[in-house]
Amino acid sequence: MSLMSKTEIAPLVVEPAAIEEAAKLLYIRACKILPDDIKAGFTRLDASETDATAKTILATMIENIGVAERMDNLLCQDTGIPIFNLLIGRNVAVDGFALKEAIARGTARATREHPLRSSVVHPITRKNEHTSCGERVPVINIDFTEADRELRLEMIPKGSGSENGSFLQMLIPADGLSAVKRFVVDRVIQAGGKVCPPTIVGVGVGGTSDLCMHLAKIAATRPLGSRCTDAEGAKLEAELSEAVNALGIGPQGLGGDSTSFAVHVETAATHITMNPVAVNIQCHSARRASATFTPAGISIGF
Amino acid sequence: MTHHILPMPITEAQVRALRVGDTVTLEETLYGIRDATQIHMFDHGRRTNFNLQGHAVIHTAPNLRKVERVGNNHSGYEAVCVGTTTSDRMERFTRPLMEREGVRIIIGKGGLRDGSLAAFRDLGGAYLAVVGGAAALETTWIEAVEDVDMDDLNPESLYKFRIKGFGPLLVAMDSHGGSLFAKVNDEAARRRQAVLEKLGAA
Repeated sequence: MSLMSKTEIAPLVVEPAAIEEAAKLLYIRACKILPDDIKAGFTRLDASETDATAKTILATMIENIGVAERMDNLLCQDTGIPIFNLLIGRNVAVDGFALKEAIARGTARATREHPLRSSVVHPITRKNEHTSCGERVPVINIDFTEADRELRLEMIPKGSGSENGSFLQMLIPADGLSAVKRFVVDRVIQAGGKVCPPTIVGVGVGGTSDLCMHLAKIAATRPLGSRCTDAEGAKLEAELSEAVNALGIGPQGLGGDSTSFAVHVETAATHITMNPVAVNIQCHSARRASATFTPAGISIGF
Repeated sequence: MTHHILPMPITEAQVRALRVGDTVTLEETLYGIRDATQIHMFDHGRRTNFNLQGHAVIHTAPNLRKVERVGNNHSGYEAVCVGTTTSDRMERFTRPLMEREGVRIIIGKGGLRDGSLAAFRDLGGAYLAVVGGAAALETTWIEAVEDVDMDDLNPESLYKFRIKGFGPLLVAMDSHGGSLFAKVNDEAARRRQAVLEKLGAA
């Protein structure tokens, strides 16, 4: 008896060279073209903003999106920490190690060949290799999906101004959901203008400490308009979205209604003794790009 | 609310004329400075060859392309994308930057704290807010990367930019104790209780 079963149809094979090219293209594209859902978010905030200074700031941000596209330039100077999400469907044959190396090569080539600022340094010596790479960077998150013969590569240049707005607290069950809500409101106040509002506030609820923080990152980098799949999480994100926009922090922390495009919540089961909450914030330059590999070819999107 | 056009450098009287809510457009020269630049200048005792007296510095670390050093280009760089970083991390360098180097204006995003506000009052300075994350637009205000110092810290070197119509920037902290950030923070703290009550989390 063989431990390997033979598949009926030929699996999708993605060559490392194709991943390298995609990683390079996606890093540059993500830095230049804002996703449609974020552009729509700006239109929505601009229509509802009542503060004059805030409206001027939003107008400048909207103008910048156009300038970046017309001049083929970067939206923001911060090329961020490069994050790649690799979503592997069914019937996909990959050499995982080769893929990881290909992603790093593509990242380094984007940095040298465009050129992009390498924003990545050794955490202790602070030495910059000028490749946007280093130990465990690019950050690569691997997950598996149901999609047949499909491999999806998502790229997120995560800016540091907003990434420094990251917080975790291991609350306990007796603190209840009210403490989770207070934590989010207080961290948004603490972050103020430092995280480049209007933001997407990512909130993780549950899991372990590291999973909770990761949930917050997933939430912060999810498209605007998407909802938490957990009904209780969805209710929480609607309540918190209204709450943070009632604080008056506004674009750039200079006052106004438009503190956040949205609060996004992601949930995971947790321990009977635990009630963890995490916040990870995405700035208004909420950049993403993706490449989807199927037997029909490669499609590039957000 | 007055709009000021300031060819840099400026005098103490000129910076003290700026009031919170005014707008400013800078002309001629602007210096780029960052975390590592100031850590080396003030913690490691490094000195710059540049004369920053009366000048403006912007919290930045640009994307650059290497080019030939020809004509007025002494840096060997041209700008790809120049934007602004969060100022708060560099709070403790405001006073030494003004006392030792004579800087009059700091440009950044997200604001500085009480220590900087006191330094602006004591020594004559101001903080101008640029719209963070609007770097493609900001780059169109940069004419050239004229010179560079401490370039072993690249991209956190000390840059000398030639600018044209750099603004409008918003005076967000002035030499008279005014700070838009403090005002917004106080307002958020004031609204917090009502927000928590509505969430059932007071």
